[in-house]
Parts: sequence; structure tokens; C-alpha cells
Amino acid sequence: MSSASSPAAGRDAGGRGQVWRSRRYRWDLRLSPYAFVAPFFLFFAAFGLFPLLYTGWAALHQVELTDPDAMTWVGLRNFTRLWDDAFFWNALRNTLTIGLLSTVPQLLIALGLAHLLNYRLRGSAFFRVAVLTPYATSVAAATLVFVLLFGRDYGMVNWALSAVGFGPVDWQNGTLASQVAVSTIVVWRWTGYNALIYLAAMQAVPGDLYESAALDGASRWQQFRHVTVPSLRPTIFFTCVVSTIGATQLFGEPLLFNGGSGATGGSDHQFQTLGLYLYEQGWVNLHLGRASAIAWAMFLMLLLVAGVARLVRGGPR
Amino acid sequence: MGDVPDAAAGRGRGPAGAGRPAVKVLRAGKPTYVVLALFTAGSLFPLVWTAIAASRTNTRLAQTPPPFWFGGNLGRNLSIAWTDAHMGTALLNTLVVAGTVAAGTVVLSTLAGFAFARLRFRGSRGLLALVVSTMLIPPQLSVVPLYMLIAELSWTDRLQAVVLPALVSAFGVFFMRQYLAQALPVELVEAARTDGASSLRIVWHVVFPAARPAMAVLGMLTFVMTWNDFFWPVIALTQNGSPTVQVALTGLGRGYIPDQSVIMAGALLGTLPLLLVFLVFGRQIVGGIMQGAVKG
Repeated sequence: MSSASSPAAGRDAGGRGQVWRSRRYRWDLRLSPYAFVAPFFLFFAAFGLFPLLYTGWAALHQVELTDPDAMTWVGLRNFTRLWDDAFFWNALRNTLTIGLLSTVPQLLIALGLAHLLNYRLRGSAFFRVAVLTPYATSVAAATLVFVLLFGRDYGMVNWALSAVGFGPVDWQNGTLASQVAVSTIVVWRWTGYNALIYLAAMQAVPGDLYESAALDGASRWQQFRHVTVPSLRPTIFFTCVVSTIGATQLFGEPLLFNGGSGATGGSDHQFQTLGLYLYEQGWVNLHLGRASAIAWAMFLMLLLVAGVARLVRGGPR
Repeated sequence: MGDVPDAAAGRGRGPAGAGRPAVKVLRAGKPTYVVLALFTAGSLFPLVWTAIAASRTNTRLAQTPPPFWFGGNLGRNLSIAWTDAHMGTALLNTLVVAGTVAAGTVVLSTLAGFAFARLRFRGSRGLLALVVSTMLIPPQLSVVPLYMLIAELSWTDRLQAVVLPALVSAFGVFFMRQYLAQALPVELVEAARTDGASSLRIVWHVVFPAARPAMAVLGMLTFVMTWNDFFWPVIALTQNGSPTVQVALTGLGRGYIPDQSVIMAGALLGTLPLLLVFLVFGRQIVGGIMQGAVKG
């Protein structure tokens, strides 16, 4: 395609070496971009695209983990089974509740935290790193600690609650209580991260907006409400979508909050999420076909979220 | 700049500081510091308490009030976690996996990012859009066939099962593209071309040097993410094969070792290396996240 003039392509000199060199130069110019992007697409084709498409195919079959090569066509049966499956609906409901319980506080706190970090601060670097530290902790390590902190009999949370006169809460067996506890882990790990994203956006807000607001006599709170938040709207939207996607995939926290009894998400499935249910169907009950069907259900949910998000964004602009 | 007492200036109602130009950067008052200190405490407390619990005995952890200061059992618990739960092997595995994935991702992303930022080729726009759209695919959607694939290749419980699928990073490609579009002047590439440099030479002598800061940030972010990766490693690896730290911790949490203080020692071992990375490179990591955020 490119007709870029090659440097000193002295064809007239007639030297064979030079012709060869200029040809090689043109090939280099034309082909090397593809060579540079090829590794990404090769790996993506093998480990991303192929599995993605194959999930749809596997969802239409009965496949067992014990013998993945033996696939029996069952049509839509995996999906109709899900429709009649109380555990599936339970997991869906839990995913939504835990998603709300973790996303909403997380983003609100992050917004306030970012606002504070945006002040001219002594030791601002320290505070930024400190609030980001939970992000460096793995799901597994964080959950194991919180399991102890939320222990019913000797946990620190219940000890603190009883110190201020509240009875002990059964954080593992109560439905709402366990979901709050699982959400707390998510909030703890991700609030600082989101705060930094908001902070980056706040620093891009032109200073004269604040100046004129201050001249108009706006208080700090009014400046926050009428200057900061509106300027941040695209970023807030972005974090909402990303956190929602993250929430639909919740897996590690409910797996390990169970204290050793496997992938059921509590004795009564009270905090089993869709991600965990997929894992239970596929790798505990060995039904890979059904697991694929759950994966597709999750994907449809995400599409729904994306659609709603687009509507919301398209609306009040 | 006049040193006006912070709190007073901050509380200024209306055009109080009428004389001087209105505050451009708001100064923090004492309440700000108090609230931030509370947030810091909340962020760090579970980590500190992991160390406290890891230094106690299981019996002490089953008493109220819970311990608030270190005990003398850290060495014992760490060594039990190290030997019985094979945390040493798991740490080594994780180091290999996270190191390989970080290095591979950085190199592949820089190559692709350079091509997208500075080279002209047919279909580049469409391909870049494809890269970005792959960021939205949830890992759950491909996990079943991916497992069938690595079972077919007999890679279950081998480290390549978690390394190879992770080498692809759409975020990395996008991140490097955005950086190079800014930091690598077109003239520099053109000049190298005029001097007759091949594309590979340009990559080595022009692109890599220009991209170095972003490569470092991407490398650290990838290292942290891979170290903490959970969903796929738990499926592809087992505690008895060659686990990563996260898989080994899952074993601990499932009552493989019922002693809480040992479990906390394991959690501490799994977290400490990253905390060290954070201690040294924290500012750069913060910068990288904020940079990625604005562009994203």
C-alpha cells in the first residue's frame, strides 16, 4: 500500500545488492506492522476467541469433566434445566444483591476519598499508596483474613459490636449478614483503586471552574456537587460499568468465605454467586456442558448491563 | 505564596479572601488529615492484623478479645506453612509465572502498541478496535473450552497452563499505544528509516528506549495482577501439582491445615512479596493507574 519513497533507492546504480536491499526495505515496511501485532492475535485466537466460540457449542452438549472428548448433543436442554433450577436463580439473586452491596458503597466512598486526596496535602504520595495497598492483596489472602475478622464467636467485628452493645451477628450463616461480609471484602480491596481513578479525572478539571465558583460564593460542598461531580460524569459512568462487570464475575471471595465446605457458597447457598455456581457445576459436579450454559447466561447479563448503560448514557446528556 | 493558616482559608465563605485570587488548589485542613488517616488505618489494618494473627497460636485466636499485638509464634507458624503447605514451592512457582507473564506481556504489548501508534498498515483501525473490544470478554465465558484445551495438551497442573493464556493483554496493547502515540515523535521513527534502519532495529534502538517508563509501569501492574490471579489458576492447577500461591492459599482455607494462625502465616507469605514491590514502586504504580484511568 505505502508508496513511501525509499531512501536512496538508487535503481540506476544497477547494483543487484541495492535492488535487493530496496525490495527488502519495502517488504519490511509493508509486513513488519503485521509481524508486530501478530503475536497478540495468535495468542488471542488460541486462548481467547476459540474458547469463546466453543463455549456456545459446548453449552449445547452433555460433556463431563471425566471425559471431555465424549460430547453428546442435547440441544437447549442445558438452558431449560437452568430455567427450572432454583439454585441458578438463587445464585443470580445473590450476584445482584452482593453486586449492589459492594459497588454502591465502594464508588461513593471512592468519590469522597478522591475529593480529599485532591486537596493540597502534605504526604499525598503516602496517602495514595496507602489507600491502594489493599489492591496489592490477593482475593485469597484478603478473604482468609476477613473470615477470621468476621468469625461468629471470636471475630474482631463481633467483639467490637458487642463492645458498643450489639449482639453477635452470624456473619457466615445469615443470608444478608454473609452477603454484607462478602461485599465488605470487595469494598476493602477496590475502593482505593477507584479513588485513584476519580482523582486522575479530578485533576483534569480546569482550575478556573473552581475559581469562578468560589467567586460566586460557592462553599466547598457546593463546589464538589456542582463542579466536581458533573465534570466527573464520564469517569463515574466508566467505573460503574467496570465495577458491575467485576461484580457479575465474583468468585474468589464467596469460594473462600465458605470456610472449607466447597463451592456451595454457604451451608444454604446463601452467598453462592453465578461465578461460583459455574465452578460448582463444572468442577465439583463435573458437568462442563451445564457450566458452559451458565457462562452464557452470565454473558447475556453483561450484554443487558451494557445495553442499559448505553440507554442511561444516551438519555440525560 | 503567602502562608495563610489552612483551616481558615479553607472555611472561607464567599469571596472572603477578596484581596488575593481565589484558591486554585484547595488546601487540606485538619479534618481532611484526620479522615485520611482513618482511611489509611482501614486500608492497612487487615494486613497488619494478618501479621499479628500469624504471630499467635491457634488457641489464642479462639479467645476474646482478639489479640491486638504481636505474639511469639511467627517463626513456628511460618515454617509450618512453608513446609506443610509447600508455600516455598508455591512462591517460587508464582514468581516464575508472574515474572514470565509480565516480561512477555510487556514485550508483546510494546511491539503491537508501536505498530498501532506509529506504523501505517491496512486494517489497523479495525484491528485496534478488536483489541479494545476483547477487554470486555469475561474470563468465565471461555473457561470451559480453555480447560478442555489444556487437558487435551496434558497441561493441567503445569505452569504453562497459566502462563500462555495470560500473555495476551488487550489492556497492555492499548496502554502502550496511548503512551507511544505521545512519547515517540514521528520524526524520530522517520529519521531512523531514512538512515536505512530496519523495523526491528528501530524497535530495539528507538522504540524500546522511548517506551521504557511505560514498560516499567505495565510490567509492575501485570506482575501484581498475575501474582493475584485467582479464577483460572484455581481451575487449571491443584495443590498437589505445581500450585501458585493463590492455589496453595485456597488449600489452606479449605481446612487442609486447620490451624488459623498457620493459615494467616500462609496469607502473610503470599502477600509480603507484593507489599515489598509496593513499598519500593508504590508511587510509580499509583502513577500508572492514574495514567491508564485518564486514557481509558
